[in-house]
Amino acid sequence: MSLFNKVTDYETVKSVFFDGMTLLFGGFGGVGTPPGLIDCLIESGATNINLIGNDAGFPWIGMGKFICLERAQSLVASHIGSNPVAGDLMNQGKLKVEFSPQGILIERIRAGGVGLDGFLTQIGMGTNLAYEKPIVKIGDQEFLYEAPITGDVAIVYAKKADTFGNLIFDKTARNTNPYVAMASKVTIVEAEEIVPMGTLNPEEIIVPGIYVKHIVPSQGYNWKWKWEMNDKS
Amino acid sequence: MGDERQIIAQRAAHEVKDGMIVNLGIGIPSLVPDYLDSSIRVFFQAENGILGMGPTPAGNADGNLSNAAGLPVTILPGGSYFDSAIAFGMIRRGCVNVSILGALQVSERGDLANWIVPGKRVPGVGGAMELAYGAKNLIALMTHCEKDGRPKILNKCTLPITAFHCVKKIITEMAVFAIHDHAMVLEEIMPGFSLSNIKTHTEADFKLSPQLKETSP
Repeated sequence: MSLFNKVTDYETVKSVFFDGMTLLFGGFGGVGTPPGLIDCLIESGATNINLIGNDAGFPWIGMGKFICLERAQSLVASHIGSNPVAGDLMNQGKLKVEFSPQGILIERIRAGGVGLDGFLTQIGMGTNLAYEKPIVKIGDQEFLYEAPITGDVAIVYAKKADTFGNLIFDKTARNTNPYVAMASKVTIVEAEEIVPMGTLNPEEIIVPGIYVKHIVPSQGYNWKWKWEMNDKS
Repeated sequence: MGDERQIIAQRAAHEVKDGMIVNLGIGIPSLVPDYLDSSIRVFFQAENGILGMGPTPAGNADGNLSNAAGLPVTILPGGSYFDSAIAFGMIRRGCVNVSILGALQVSERGDLANWIVPGKRVPGVGGAMELAYGAKNLIALMTHCEKDGRPKILNKCTLPITAFHCVKKIITEMAVFAIHDHAMVLEEIMPGFSLSNIKTHTEADFKLSPQLKETSP
């Protein structure tokens, strides 16, 4: 593997996951969550994982599949309503959940990804989601300090990757992926299409390959969306 | 129950004016587009990364093109896709003219509670805090009372707060209230209800608008 060819297989990336790691994951309700890497994470056996991502997916979709296995010890997310198992685990004390406003969460990940030391906001002031966050007073105004987020490993879903790891996304599957890709020590990308360097238009690249460590080919989503299902669930 | 939701959505559609940028929450707000007059042209913003979201596709839904509730949608000419940071950047910055959210409780000062019922439902806050902070006009939609009849429009919310002093208008199947300068005003009585109905089922203190009217069905 070289700087200019980061393409590898799932067996190799399996060894990247480790017990107790902080794992950032892309996706919004499973849209843009890498299906092959979720299965790879499950097969890796890694446990006591600290998850950070937009939401808990659905029990059979996205990170929800992994959360249902009770191998995550904590989750930072903006909502978990679409995955009742996550709510049950939280209420049973088996999964520590920290809720974050959705846009604040992505900015915290962005701050981690761009080397900033956090930011100030009034969003969440005085609510339960202020938790123990420091309050900063400037003049007469008070703000919450939001700390940057970084991860040990990030998993990302892209439409196209070249072998350097330059990434292009697809429609609403972009969502949190660009910043998740930037904020971890090791970023693994699952791409629907892997192309030679020079194939992507440099003007259209969303994430420069500098942030990417490993690239694996995707077989596409291997779950049914809720709207594709005929039963009442 | 289903009928009440449709009535609320139909009334809320009147708040959407031509040329607006609109964000709709899940639940009752997602029904609002069904009642928009075809002469009104707006851009719907979805916080999962679309400006200019179009209706449900007739067929061939794309798993990578959905709204914030995960349901398949389309994109209109002139629409764009963007990441989550940009999506919330435009929300915080005040680029969304009207945000229509579902609510669990609203206080007379415009405090909104809509993200958790401790010990029961734990959906999480999603993007509601940012929408409440940034939208120029925040409209809360909900049924007027709990199923057991307890009021949801209160002096003070009993559920955890999403954001303080943010709701500008409340639309229920019984009434439309405006909230200005931390005070609530009854603006409309919905068809089939009376002022005394509303007083009975509303805990919050409110004044009557000089233009108080009954909405035509």
